[in-house]
Amino acid sequence: MITLDSISWTAPGATFALRDVSLSIPANTYAVLMGSTGCGKTTLLELICGLRKPRSGRILLDSQDVTALEPRQRGIGYVPQDLALFPAKRVREQILFPLKMRGMKDGAKIVQELVEELGIAHLLDRLPDNLSGGEKQRVALARALAAQPRVLLLDEPLSALDETTHGTAMELLRTLQARHSLTVLHVTHSPSEAAALGQMRLRLMDGCVGTHS
Amino acid sequence: MRRLFWITLTLITAGYLLFWFLLIAATAAYSTPEAWLQTVMKPEIRHATGLSLLTCTVAAGFALLLAIPVGYLMARHDFRGKTWIDAALDIPIVLPPMVIGICLLIFFQTSLGQMIEKVIPFTYTVAGVVLAQFVVAAAFAIRTMRGTFDHLSPRPEQVALTLGATDFQALWHVALPAAKRGMLAAFCISWARSLGEFGPILVFAGATRMKTEVLPTTVWLELSVGNLESAVAVSLGMIVIAVLVLVAVRASGERV
Repeated sequence: MITLDSISWTAPGATFALRDVSLSIPANTYAVLMGSTGCGKTTLLELICGLRKPRSGRILLDSQDVTALEPRQRGIGYVPQDLALFPAKRVREQILFPLKMRGMKDGAKIVQELVEELGIAHLLDRLPDNLSGGEKQRVALARALAAQPRVLLLDEPLSALDETTHGTAMELLRTLQARHSLTVLHVTHSPSEAAALGQMRLRLMDGCVGTHS
Repeated sequence: MRRLFWITLTLITAGYLLFWFLLIAATAAYSTPEAWLQTVMKPEIRHATGLSLLTCTVAAGFALLLAIPVGYLMARHDFRGKTWIDAALDIPIVLPPMVIGICLLIFFQTSLGQMIEKVIPFTYTVAGVVLAQFVVAAAFAIRTMRGTFDHLSPRPEQVALTLGATDFQALWHVALPAAKRGMLAAFCISWARSLGEFGPILVFAGATRMKTEVLPTTVWLELSVGNLESAVAVSLGMIVIAVLVLVAVRASGERV
């Protein structure tokens, strides 16, 4: 469950602000957040991740107040728009990374399960430069899931995909959310993507979040 | 008309490069291979060459070790007074070299400097040569590493934080492997800069033959006794080394 309680944030120079944003996404729900370019959707995800500090308000994940916690302590899987694969690491190392950071011993087994689930077992020894857009997206998802998060934040993860891959990727996201019992917050510009995936549809406008009908 | 514009720019560039080529060619033609060989076989020149290679490597290594955290801080973190800190980091680049030597010499006359001298003697020693080279080389290494981190997206490091990494682990496991070409470039630039350092070394570490003499000091010492042949031979060697460093930097793919 993701709860934002009166979150406010102001950009340096006060050029842009989120004002008293409150929302509640129930556990195991696929929520979609829409809004115009530059309205603060990515900022909102970064606030939930802990990459930005709110000026006021609280962030709760599964009823635990995580506002003061570091990003690594929040149990979040984050897939940014550019996917942000580690440039110098092979696919195997990318997916192993969160397991290594958390000192988990059965890393190889978890990696194998994830790559089979996402159909990327044949890519394990490749560097990000040698992957297609769809492959990169799957690797970024596998890496985020390897951390075994309770919440998955996706920032326009399908925007760089062509039409054929787009449909398959949407299906994959739906399957992963159900199989891993995840609470997902997915940022998108696409109304069709929102309609296809969103069990809950939200809209960010003028610094405030509303439920989108 | 457009063609004339680009031809003019090409001619200006070619003229400048030709000027440099003529300078190097004239220096190379001044000396014969026999004279060059004779010079480099002299014990004092061999000592100066060995000491130069050693001190430059140590100074560049320390410069890189300093440049990584400082460059990362300046590229990734915003804080009050950052503009001033940024300007201060460039001080060694804009200060006249002799002034840096005098600053070092005076610092080691203070009570704090004297305390440091009791642990590691710097004034007129090989350690002093390394310190004089390091002071200037570090500024170039910092500038290179900052540029490298500026060009790398911070996003992978941010994702690493959400995946369980601390800030240090994100730097170590994500940023540094991505910045290895920049690190090589920073090392090469500071190494080359150290090799050409003369003023601070002369003032702070002296020019004692077979002790603190490095290649630029050799050129100066040979010139001061009228031995132009040896000075030219050593200069040629330094030109070759400088070109090799430039090739290494370009091969690393980092534009500095």
